Amino acid sequence: MSDKEIKNLEEIFEQRIARDEKIEPKDWMPEKYRKTHIRQISQHAHSEIIGMLPEGNWITRAPSLRRKVALLAKVQDEAGHGLYLYSACETLGISREELYEQLHSGKAKYSSIFNYPTITWADMGAIGWLVDGAAIINQVPLCSTSYGPYARAMVRVCKEESFHQRQGFEIMMKLAQGAPEQKELAQDALNRWWWPSLMMLGPTDAESVHTEQSMKWKLKRKTNDELRQQFIDQTVPQAELIGLTIPDPDLKWNEERQSYDFGEIDWDEFWQVVKGHGPCNKERLDARVNAWEEGTWVRDAAVAYAEKQEEKKLKQAI
Amino acid sequence: MKNWPLWEIFVRSKNGLEHRHFGSLHAADAEMALENARDVYTRRSEGVSIWVVESKNITASNPEHNGELFEPAHDKVYRHPTFYELPDEVKHM
Amino acid sequence: MSTIESSSRMKTNTTDISEVLIQYIYGIADNALILGQRLSELCGHGPNLETDIAGTNIALDLLGQTRGYYQYAAQLKGGDTTEDDIAYLRTEREYKNVLLVEQPNKHFGYVIARQFLYDMFHVMLLEKLQNSQDPTLAAIAKKGIKEVRYHQRFSSDWIKRLGDGTPESHEKIQEAINTLWTYTDELFHMTEADKKAVDMGVGVDASALKGEYYTRVRELLDASTLEVPEMKWFQKGGKQGIHTEHMGYLLADLQYMQRTYPGMKW
Repeated sequence: MSDKEIKNLEEIFEQRIARDEKIEPKDWMPEKYRKTHIRQISQHAHSEIIGMLPEGNWITRAPSLRRKVALLAKVQDEAGHGLYLYSACETLGISREELYEQLHSGKAKYSSIFNYPTITWADMGAIGWLVDGAAIINQVPLCSTSYGPYARAMVRVCKEESFHQRQGFEIMMKLAQGAPEQKELAQDALNRWWWPSLMMLGPTDAESVHTEQSMKWKLKRKTNDELRQQFIDQTVPQAELIGLTIPDPDLKWNEERQSYDFGEIDWDEFWQVVKGHGPCNKERLDARVNAWEEGTWVRDAAVAYAEKQEEKKLKQAI
Repeated sequence: MKNWPLWEIFVRSKNGLEHRHFGSLHAADAEMALENARDVYTRRSEGVSIWVVESKNITASNPEHNGELFEPAHDKVYRHPTFYELPDEVKHM
Repeated sequence: MSTIESSSRMKTNTTDISEVLIQYIYGIADNALILGQRLSELCGHGPNLETDIAGTNIALDLLGQTRGYYQYAAQLKGGDTTEDDIAYLRTEREYKNVLLVEQPNKHFGYVIARQFLYDMFHVMLLEKLQNSQDPTLAAIAKKGIKEVRYHQRFSSDWIKRLGDGTPESHEKIQEAINTLWTYTDELFHMTEADKKAVDMGVGVDASALKGEYYTRVRELLDASTLEVPEMKWFQKGGKQGIHTEHMGYLLADLQYMQRTYPGMKW
């Protein structure tokens, strides 16, 4: 294809997206669109399965049977969401094994929030409430993104995720209303998870490299800063409702903007964690690599068995 | 060693409805694909029947041929009831 | 005077019956709790996503069954007793699960072998428990049997895959079966509570299931090209609350919050 022909196709392609038409796997697409989508969808999938680990850390220690089954079901959902997203990514011509390879080698990124440790039960509340809360704000607009398989996966994810945040908030609420030790646990967890949750919505618009292109392809509908403001505005009253204090002395209602003003985010910390120097980067990756490597003989056995069965069937047919 | 192949999963939500494409997953054989589909796609009572088919066995039309495949149907307006003019007095038709 | 006497005797009798029933419930439900706990350790660490999700489904089924049993036991105990008091606040000697279910997840072969050896028994047990004269137990069994039949299908399929898969998988699953075989005989031991529950028409005579169990297990191991271990000496003790060394650590995890923060609601 000549450059001119490609340019022409690209124009038609962009117009389709502008008209809110969906792009499906076999449709022609610019190479950059394919690559950007592989990167974003796989990062999203990796975040889901790495995200199983900090919460998985507390399943065996959940304080009641009711909490245990809810947490177990939630972490299992994250495996499901990872699976939906890897499947969507595979429609772009890359295998799940290749995507794992990128994750395991440290080449692929995932959400940095999961590199923080879960050191008390209250962290299960904080993650569900804040981390899932921030994730939902990020994800809901993706239900109408331009790439069909991604949009469909996100519809399923958002539908299933609706219980996750409630699960977390309920844990927090119960702690905040409980004994003084419990309230302390809740406040301590909020103190530790608040700032990382704000960072989770991405670098400030000034430093965000992908925003403009992503807006055009509907991989993003609002800027990071807009999403962050939305998250803060909806979360502050929830904290007040259960009597917890947001750990930001500069947080103040701005009557004029009808929004909260908030303090400076420590972006140095953010970039440190992104670059692999968070408290648990190594543990998280090691856990994934171990599970995958220790599962090799199991996956191989299933393939060998399936092949033997297939041969038997063929022999019987003759 | 080889990877588990990809399967497409179709689920009937309730009797009376058709099987609908729900998504895909990996499995070593058809039996496992059914079991995995049950665990992955019907955790919230989404289905009463599952079909699985290995993705490589699906033949798909090529969107580049969409013009010749689908556009010729656009102008066959006489296939649709609104094409025919009837007096308002005619009922039940 | 005589009325008071007879009514107080009646009362002792109902207390006795409740106590038998409670102990009988522990004998079944503790297996579901401990096996569910073991499986939930694996969430996020399975050989791939699909298998991870499947394993967690089994854990959720078992924990759901546990709650059904414990809620009933709590009701029988009366007062403020809750399912969580029963799940979290007993001493190790008071848990009556068989040794099999507390064995650790050494590798996927052990997970599957443990599951298979328990599922085969579990299905037979619940098939009979559906006919219990205790309507609550019968109802729990009726609901549970559908879940457990699926567990058996899942674990049997994996025994076949690993047994007749690669030489490595064959060796690993055989090793697991050989190691865990010593815990199978205990499934059919009858405690005093078990015997009384059978007499009362509410319990299942597990000892009568033994022949059929080994026949079914043998058949599947044969079909999976696996050897049936020859063994004369079997381990026992769980049903009397005498557990393996693994149990203390499992309970340390399970009870951590309840023991650290006594008497709080979560």
